[in-house]
Amino acid sequence: MTAETLEQDNGIKARSTAGSRLEAIAGGEQIASEIHPELATEDNVLDVEDFQLWYGKAKALHNISMTVPKGKVTALIGPSGCGKSTLLRSVNRLNDLIDIVRIEGDMKLSGESVYGPNVDVIELRKRMGMVFQKSNPFPMSIYENVVYSLRIDGERNKKVLDEVCERSLRGAALWDEAKDRLHDSALGLSGGQQQRLCIARAIAAEPEVLLMDEPCSALDPIATNKIEDMIDALKGEYTILIVTHNMQQAARSSDYTAFMYLGRLIEYGPTDAIFQNPRLVETQDYVTGRFG
Amino acid sequence: MKEADSKPKLDFSRRKSKKRSMSLYAEGEPMVWLTGGALGFALLMILTMLGYVFWMGFSNFWPTPIYKVTTYADAVHMGPITRSQTFQAPKARIDALPDGLRERIQAELLENEGYSRRDLLYTGNYDLTGSRFQWVSDFEVQSREIPEWAFIMERRMDGNFYGLPVAFERDGERVTETPEEIWTLFQEHHPGVLRRFRQRERLRTVDMGRINRHQENARLELVEARRRLARGAMTAEEVEAVRLKTEAAIEETRRQHAEVTERVEALNTENRRFALIMQTAQGLETRMTLDQVVLAFPANRIGVGRKLAIFGGRWREFLLDNPREANMEGGVFPAIVGTVTMTLVMTIFVVPFGVLAALYLREYAKPGPVVSAVRIAINNLAGVPSIVFGVFGLGFFCYIMGGYIDEWFYAARLPAPTFRKGGVLWAASTLALLTLPVVIVATEEALSAVPSSMREGSYACGASKWQTIKRIVLPRAMPGIMTGMILAMARGAGEVAPLMLVGAVKLAPSLPFDIHNWTGSLGPIPTGPIHLERSFLHLGFHIYDLGFQSSDSEAARPMVFTTTLLLITLIVLLNLAAMMIRTRLRRKFSTGAF
Repeated sequence: MTAETLEQDNGIKARSTAGSRLEAIAGGEQIASEIHPELATEDNVLDVEDFQLWYGKAKALHNISMTVPKGKVTALIGPSGCGKSTLLRSVNRLNDLIDIVRIEGDMKLSGESVYGPNVDVIELRKRMGMVFQKSNPFPMSIYENVVYSLRIDGERNKKVLDEVCERSLRGAALWDEAKDRLHDSALGLSGGQQQRLCIARAIAAEPEVLLMDEPCSALDPIATNKIEDMIDALKGEYTILIVTHNMQQAARSSDYTAFMYLGRLIEYGPTDAIFQNPRLVETQDYVTGRFG
Repeated sequence: MKEADSKPKLDFSRRKSKKRSMSLYAEGEPMVWLTGGALGFALLMILTMLGYVFWMGFSNFWPTPIYKVTTYADAVHMGPITRSQTFQAPKARIDALPDGLRERIQAELLENEGYSRRDLLYTGNYDLTGSRFQWVSDFEVQSREIPEWAFIMERRMDGNFYGLPVAFERDGERVTETPEEIWTLFQEHHPGVLRRFRQRERLRTVDMGRINRHQENARLELVEARRRLARGAMTAEEVEAVRLKTEAAIEETRRQHAEVTERVEALNTENRRFALIMQTAQGLETRMTLDQVVLAFPANRIGVGRKLAIFGGRWREFLLDNPREANMEGGVFPAIVGTVTMTLVMTIFVVPFGVLAALYLREYAKPGPVVSAVRIAINNLAGVPSIVFGVFGLGFFCYIMGGYIDEWFYAARLPAPTFRKGGVLWAASTLALLTLPVVIVATEEALSAVPSSMREGSYACGASKWQTIKRIVLPRAMPGIMTGMILAMARGAGEVAPLMLVGAVKLAPSLPFDIHNWTGSLGPIPTGPIHLERSFLHLGFHIYDLGFQSSDSEAARPMVFTTTLLLITLIVLLNLAAMMIRTRLRRKFSTGAF
């Protein structure tokens, strides 16, 4: 996108004076998220309902309400510290591990409450997969890494395990590289391979939603390409919620993009619209690199 | 003008020197020397100690020549030189020298500022002379020779004998009186005598032991039956039946006893047929039967090959035989077994216990002042003097727990204690308590070093806390836990003071194992050949006992070094084994290049 077209866009769109919204946020005012109407037509897997989160006294998420459409890739973008990772980790309740975290509001996974009083967190987590920023293969063989979630469920049938292992590794585009060394230590894989192994591990249990926390930030461009191709291939079959710092990545691989800032959801809509025709000047400033 | 010139010059040089010292400090050059020097000094001290122990311990068994020394006072001493030293010659000794010589010696001493050299001869023959050692000052020596046929004889009693062969006796008859033939006949008959001696020992310990055990079991059965009668759990007729059975059994054991005694006597008679007539350097004749002799050889005639064989044989005896003569001679095999058993049992106790405690402390307990206090208390526990643990072990394990075990399972044996006394089990328990802080601290560190990304990854897969600990955290922490185990083993194997209270003894009648009896039991629980209630020999205690409790510390000195060398080697071996396992684990669980 050239500066000229941006100017053109700015000219076309009539909106509030630039900067005032950010000032309002910094001043602690409540603002409404700008949600595009296309989202209303989608079938949702995850509903975030007025979700708030505090680390001790510091409020990290302010009244987030958003939906994650089924079978689509949704990207969370925003400057560092805006709460994207916190939001992601709230979905599978990993934040529960931190003592000082306090939440309000709820989420619904396929219509079932995530933070309800009678929710079994362990069962809940089994319905989601998660890929972390830094690859974290377990200190065991490649095979055991992939079937870990089945093992902890007590699955012993070797046929089932073998099947899941192959399917997951193929899904993560690692099968050809790993099939001859399934029983070697996973720690012998390269960084990119380790990350794809973690993805294979996450999709082994056929999760309803796959959470990815900057999965490519520690990888070189070639490994990043492979993972992006893989995300493309998984699209449709899995619902993916991905946090990324990389604008190009968000633009290339996601269907929807949510822009967050200082714990608020600012704008959320189809990726093309967010990147090329955003409704808010703040979003435009961020995606074009003027701040953040 | 001149003053004005010199002033800025002075300033300049001061500034420069200040600057230079600053840069030296910044470079850290003095710190490199300080730290390197400290490390070098520490290494030097440790290596000196290890080298000294190694040399003194290792060379102990090498056969040395036997000297025969005649003094001006016409005293004769014969034996190998144990050590030499310079000393200030006492005036009385010089005055005692014959006229003419005295002046020459005095002049010689004057040159050396009154110092002279003296050798310590191991003259042996304790039974004849009442002493084992003799200092011989250089200035007293009239003649020094190396007698060709001087024999060293290691005996079962009264230590070494040094003397010359006179005759070989068979069936009370002097067969030969030439040294060559005596030596030939000795070599011919001695192996047979030793074989019969070992046979006799086996009969006396294993077979007699079995017979005594049967007798004791029969007796205990009767005692138990009477106790049941008193409780009303058995009728008088039944007890009478047991009594008859017991008496029959005791009669049978008595018969077996007589039989074994007879066989022992036969072996003894056969062995006593052969004897050596020996003469000391002073001309005293003495007769000794061949079964009294462990090892004998003409030290001044044998070549290097033979010396090597003797050296190896003495090491073999040291490692594989029982001690003799209040531990001053013979082997330390029971002490090796005792030390290793005690250390392994301790490890089996302390590691699971410590790991579980650390797991709770690190993984489950809510961090706060209480947990911090517990942690500090555990760390402080490592600083409690070990003798305090020994006293606690004696009171709690031996007297309280042992007392209850005896009451519940071994009531028939009372008042003879079974567990209500020191033993391997209680020693291992006491040392397990002593080393517990080491394991807990090391395990906690290992647990906290497991990256949180691993835990989160596991939780994200839907694993519970325990599944995460079992499958991810513990395997990852295993090398660190092994480090704790190694430290605990090193600490435990080298500890002596508490053991004196809870089981280490000077003389243990048997090993903590009965390889000839696999039917042992702890009450209703079969323990097979393992008898952890028995007191045991321990290498560390052995060193203390030899060095400070033996009747002749000079005679025990070489054994102190050899035993120390062995203990150090043993601890190193135990640690090496554990380290090898740790390296394998680490290779398995270490993170890759990424």
